[in-house]
Amino acid sequence: MSVELLSLIIGGLTIGAALMVVISKHPIRSVLFLVVTFFLISSLYILMNAQFLAIVNIIVYAGAIMVLFLFVLMLLNLNKESEPKTPKLALFSSVLASGILLLVLIAAFKDSLRLQHVRLPQQKQIGLVENLGKLLFDEYIVAFEVSSILFIASMVGAILLAKREKPIID
Amino acid sequence: MDTGLLIEKLILAILLFVVSLGIAAYSTYFERKLAAWIQDRVGPDRAGPFGILQPIADGVKMFMKEDFTPTNADRWLFILGPGIAMFTALMTSAVIPWGTDITLFGRTIALQVADLNIGILFIFGIISIGVYGIMIGGWASNNKYSRFGAIRASSQMISYELAMGISAITIIMLSGGLGLNDIVKAQHGMNWNIFYQPVCFLVFFICALAETNRAPFDLPECESELIGGYHTEYSSMKLGLFLFAEYVAMFVSSALISILFFGGYNFPGMDNFSGNTLALLSVAAFFTKTFLMIFLFMWIRWTIPRFRFDQLMHLGWKVLIPISIINMLVTGIVIAFNEGWIKF
Repeated sequence: MSVELLSLIIGGLTIGAALMVVISKHPIRSVLFLVVTFFLISSLYILMNAQFLAIVNIIVYAGAIMVLFLFVLMLLNLNKESEPKTPKLALFSSVLASGILLLVLIAAFKDSLRLQHVRLPQQKQIGLVENLGKLLFDEYIVAFEVSSILFIASMVGAILLAKREKPIID
Repeated sequence: MDTGLLIEKLILAILLFVVSLGIAAYSTYFERKLAAWIQDRVGPDRAGPFGILQPIADGVKMFMKEDFTPTNADRWLFILGPGIAMFTALMTSAVIPWGTDITLFGRTIALQVADLNIGILFIFGIISIGVYGIMIGGWASNNKYSRFGAIRASSQMISYELAMGISAITIIMLSGGLGLNDIVKAQHGMNWNIFYQPVCFLVFFICALAETNRAPFDLPECESELIGGYHTEYSSMKLGLFLFAEYVAMFVSSALISILFFGGYNFPGMDNFSGNTLALLSVAAFFTKTFLMIFLFMWIRWTIPRFRFDQLMHLGWKVLIPISIINMLVTGIVIAFNEGWIKF
């Protein structure tokens, strides 16, 4: 089976799973379909020979963030009866807003179709962890360090928010 | 595609499957015998000589029991839960190198199903999704005790994965490779990581106990508070899969610990042998180390009482993570000195 056909099938399944996230009635099912979506995206990465990206995607998104999502949803104990009814106007505006987002994304990505005949040098190995590491710690070191500062800032912010509530509880 | 390679890998994968299940089955027997020994009892002794057929009797009993689904359970997820638990426990063993290359019928066969260059990350990926089995099973049962078990499992997993990952990074820094084969080869000639990284081993071992839900970290199935925890509503072979998955996970994590810290299939004086003799001896050495680790897991279970949940969280976040981060930094500085990157 050719790689093109395989990636077409997986791409279709990804879109299907992503649609099920939105369509499913129950929030826990939505989260589980989102996990399936992440797995399918990871398998697309593997088809592109980017093993490191694929496994990190699984560890971070499917393994940590989605477990936290499920954890919060299980604590919330959502029932159909307790769910507040969404007003018609909010429904309409959310459809409009996501439609505009779709339009912007299509506009942003339509140029990438023209890029597909641009072949990078030694593309077979470009996704392997050694090459990725050399690229990140050599050419893009500034961007890498700046993004790590961003992460630390958000962590400090989270700890600050959690600490501030303490005197109120006592 | 090379047909011979395909057949060879298929045989290896099936062999691995059978061996994992066999060892898991007999771990239950040895666990009960060991518990009996520690508590000065006899233990199972009715089925066969010394009760050696007990795991088979247990398995048959599990199959024969009524398969019961609670009324308001989510039917599909209820079936999916134990399946995921077992699947993830078995998947991990695919990247583990069991011994040196063996030569059969003129072919050199690597005793490893897949030599991924991201082997250790693959294991962490599978471990991190292993909790879904417990979470889905516990939630789908529609029982408050099951749900408590599921919630506890998820928070415990997330807390201990961090310290486990950081201590694994220390080992990766020492070996200079993510593949498990690279890590084993870097420890050749008694250069076992345990001698260089005892603190790292301690952190990793405690986290492995927590990740496999073994006592003293078995809070997801804590009997005295939660009846049976996440598998309260399960019966028949679905319960069997949950219980079995725990033993398979224990076997695989023991194998992982012996690879990361005890030199994997390396053994003292291995340079005096070669060919198939070396391969068989290395497999024997690897399994000896793994069985000793399993024994340690069981010994701890029957010695130390269970933690309270807040103690568990405190240990994970405020003790193990800082220790592993400091250990990683010190290791990094020492490596930088040895390589001559920093000079006074």
